[in-house]
Amino acid sequence: MISRRQILKGAGSGALVLGTTALGAGLTLGRRSWAANAPVSPGVPDGTAASATLEALPGKKPLIKLSYRPPNYETPLEYFQDVLTPNDAFFVRYHLSDIPEVDAATWKLSVGGDAAATPAEYTLDDLKKNFEQVEIVAVNQCSGNRRGLSNPHVQGVEWGYGAMGNARWKGVRLKDLLEKSGIKKEAIEVAYNGADAGVTDKTPDFIKSIPAWRALDDSTMVVWEMNGAPLPHWNGFPVRLIVPGWTGTYWMKHLVSIDVRTQPQGGFWMNPAYRLPKGKFALVDRFVSQETDTNTPITEMVVNSLITNMGNGAKVQTGQPVEVKGLAWDGGNGIQMVEVSVDGGQNWRTADLGEDLGRFSFRPWSFRFAPATGAQSVMVKATSRIGASQPMEAIFNGAGYHHNAVQTIAITAG
Amino acid sequence: MRTICLLIGLTLAAPALADEDAIMLKDAPGKNLVEENCAACHSLDYVQMNSPFLDQKKWEATVKKMIDRMGALIDPKDAEQIVEYLAKNYGS
Repeated sequence: MISRRQILKGAGSGALVLGTTALGAGLTLGRRSWAANAPVSPGVPDGTAASATLEALPGKKPLIKLSYRPPNYETPLEYFQDVLTPNDAFFVRYHLSDIPEVDAATWKLSVGGDAAATPAEYTLDDLKKNFEQVEIVAVNQCSGNRRGLSNPHVQGVEWGYGAMGNARWKGVRLKDLLEKSGIKKEAIEVAYNGADAGVTDKTPDFIKSIPAWRALDDSTMVVWEMNGAPLPHWNGFPVRLIVPGWTGTYWMKHLVSIDVRTQPQGGFWMNPAYRLPKGKFALVDRFVSQETDTNTPITEMVVNSLITNMGNGAKVQTGQPVEVKGLAWDGGNGIQMVEVSVDGGQNWRTADLGEDLGRFSFRPWSFRFAPATGAQSVMVKATSRIGASQPMEAIFNGAGYHHNAVQTIAITAG
Repeated sequence: MRTICLLIGLTLAAPALADEDAIMLKDAPGKNLVEENCAACHSLDYVQMNSPFLDQKKWEATVKKMIDRMGALIDPKDAEQIVEYLAKNYGS
């Protein structure tokens, strides 16, 4: 008798085989040969550091494998040297294990719901021909990025610094699709589903919703292109939804349906998943139709920054100016200032800001200093245009969301 | 979409993804139950990754969540032994 596990594992490998053929990539990167090299972030649980490996999904560069099935792969620091994150190094995050290879030629997107006057169905060509195409540069960051650094540790995918990426997305405004379908004034939420599914019928399907006002924002888009190329399979091919400024949980991959609603969307992935204790974070965007007395859905990203050209334990030369480089981002207000401290947080000096690709993008920064001989720390802190900044310690919450503590690395000059 | 994926999977299932099979959980009583039940829905690196910081109570809550929320079909007797194995081998 064939076991359930065998069937399901077969399904998983079948999908991968198709992916391999389509993308011309190999599956030959052995686990063991890379096992010792996974560059996990300092502070992740011991079990994570021991089990993480550097491995390539079909069509992807070797990334930090945290789990095979569903696939959760983190982007190593080396790929954050540029303001845009390469598609083949962009992080991969799935909740469910059945991930079909969607055929772009037969793909369809349905738009309907009790708050849509005129339901519609679109092919990819329909989207391209019938609606204005727009581009936006935006950060896609997992709600649980840096969860692995939570103190105490909490259960979940134990991400380090790399469950994020920045890309130039191309597609159409969700607003334009909703207006074409006659969104009614009674609409309170827009829900949507992707083609992936759980392995049993009892596993809750990954369905998400956003408030109607957020769905009608110009930046919320239905996209098919990322950095000038079709979306990689592992990032939502052929079409995904993007909600710039808001965390990745709302960025539905393999989008297939949009449901314009007069009632709040239910289901595990809306509640209890992706919730923050009320009042713990100073956020601006609210998702009122989903709030309870005690908690609220996660909304926009908190302001954050990362040193990208050196890691903890870096060695630099005394007497030579050292340039520290990195990225800063927030939930869509834009970065006002990045400060660096090289004396353990006593004094902070302003870093130079680099190219501005818009308020939803990573903002590069750089800072030069002459290190004293011996060990010292380098810390970075960003401030957004609404004056929000980073705490010295992350605000603890049970799901490990919104980790934006000031990053500190120890370097040695000699 | 799930049915389509399963059908494709069954026809092309031959070359299994070797990497996942290389995951070796600690040898101890209950390991087989973990492999049979938990790996139906997810790879077993989830167990390793979430260690060693969950105590008995939290592992119990985790298994309960998998059954109640995620639809895992686990016999209650097996669930007890699974919790025992996880707490002993991957607990705090």
